[in-house]
Amino acid sequence: MPAIEILGLEKTYMVGFWRKRPRRALSPLQLTVQDGEIFGFLGPNGAGKTTTLKMLMGLVFPTSGSARILGRDWTDPTVKAQIGFLPEQPYFYDYLTAHELLEYYGQLSGVPAKHRRQRVDQVLEQVGLRDVKGVQLRKFSKGMLQRVGIGQAILHDPKLVFFDEPMSGLDPMGRREVRDLMEQLKHEGKTVFFSTHILSDAEALCDRVAIIHKGELRGVGAVEDLTSSVQGKVEVIWQGTQVPASIKALGAECHVTGDRVRAVIAESQQDAVIDALRRERQRLIAIIPVRTSLEAYFVEKLRRAETTAGSTV
Amino acid sequence: MNTRIAYIASNTFREAVRDRVLYNLIAFALLLSGAAILVGQISIEIEKLVVINLGLTAVSLFGVVIAIFIGIGLVSKEIEKRTLYTVLSRPVRRWEFIVGKFFGLAGTLVVNAFFMAVGVFAALFYVSHKFVRADALILVALYFIVLEFLIICSLALLFSSFSSPLLSAVFAFSLFVIGSFAEDLRNFAGMTHGLTRWLATGAAYLIPNFSAFNVISSIAHEQPVAGQLIVHNTLYALFYAIMALSGAVLIFENRDLK
Repeated sequence: MPAIEILGLEKTYMVGFWRKRPRRALSPLQLTVQDGEIFGFLGPNGAGKTTTLKMLMGLVFPTSGSARILGRDWTDPTVKAQIGFLPEQPYFYDYLTAHELLEYYGQLSGVPAKHRRQRVDQVLEQVGLRDVKGVQLRKFSKGMLQRVGIGQAILHDPKLVFFDEPMSGLDPMGRREVRDLMEQLKHEGKTVFFSTHILSDAEALCDRVAIIHKGELRGVGAVEDLTSSVQGKVEVIWQGTQVPASIKALGAECHVTGDRVRAVIAESQQDAVIDALRRERQRLIAIIPVRTSLEAYFVEKLRRAETTAGSTV
Repeated sequence: MNTRIAYIASNTFREAVRDRVLYNLIAFALLLSGAAILVGQISIEIEKLVVINLGLTAVSLFGVVIAIFIGIGLVSKEIEKRTLYTVLSRPVRRWEFIVGKFFGLAGTLVVNAFFMAVGVFAALFYVSHKFVRADALILVALYFIVLEFLIICSLALLFSSFSSPLLSAVFAFSLFVIGSFAEDLRNFAGMTHGLTRWLATGAAYLIPNFSAFNVISSIAHEQPVAGQLIVHNTLYALFYAIMALSGAVLIFENRDLK
């Protein structure tokens, strides 16, 4: 059973004061997220990621379309007891302490009173806020608020977690911890749906990603599939400070860094280069297939979308 | 009561009591009750009358200011600061949120009214050195003030559900002022004819009739309040508050939280 099925969700806002005109924030979106996967929702700022998440959370009403979450209609109130949500740049009641806030959210999520306190302490420990649990949130830094946000999203042990830009405002250590937490959630059998524009995070974490741009879905697939499109080239690395003339003659792109030489060549020339290195008595270090990075795939998709939009104008 | 409503109400109450502005306003109201003693001392023979009049007016006026001040931000501030997102993404229905907010604010105002009333009674005891049976009438005036607060709370929430805090404050305070002269508007409607009469009558019945809740002056003169008025005012306040809250729920249920 898919964890999320988005069935043509669409959102058009009416903008302007006197003369209202439509502005489409999201074109009909079809998307399926499988149970137990980490799914990345990628796109530049203003692409429609947050609008999609808000519609799934029932904060914004779609112009048309529907969705199913955990096998049930998304408007079913019981669904919300099984999902967690971290909004982008979260802000909380600053007169509450971290402990009081999680206690309150635990009450609203229906966490039984006898387990609540223990669960709140456990989550505060998990997000690294145990020592400041009695401090009012008004004194928290942006990174600490982000941790509180993650804590409240996983507090009630949801089956499905939505994170909107979860790495935002975190230092490298914090980002690493969030990545570990997401992997832990996956390990526990939970589904994680997160939006981001930081591609390295998506590449490191996601089983599958979707790319959205200007409200339209541009591509969906497993990260391996998107990044493994070998361009028929390999990178050869050997020890040395100079590029032999026979390799130069093959038209290789070569870079010398310290005592290493890197050459990108056509796959068909791989044997010829290895033979040349043997003849020149150079020490071969590695041969790596050149893969399209997720960033390259992303940029290419956006560029293609811009070109298509430009040609239709 | 639905437990989620109770949790939201209790959090709203906690938010209000941790707001320093609230204490400033209560302190100011108590100061005014204290000032009533001084004014009373220079008003020979009518000290008690002055203390009751000034004291209860302070309770009413500052309560209304607190109700508007806190009420107008209850929904709009939560949308603006996005605190609402993490609440409504839980198994909380939108109407539960509005009703919870209403009870939280109403609870805050009842507690405030209690403390301010203690101040009024203390000032009264200071000038007359004893309580008499007629002083119990002050409780009726306080009850009417609390009913007034319920209406103001629901109106503040109604405006907060669709407009900015500033506009909500203007709307709510204007309605309070116009509503305090509702009887005059009704009398005016009776004196006019044709379309003007229809419009004036419509407006007179649409705006909350706060003048019916103001019995401070008659109580200060130890005039009893008819039981019928107590029943009428109770039903009127409940009806008006429920209608305004229903409006707030209706608007909020269909609003996109951008």
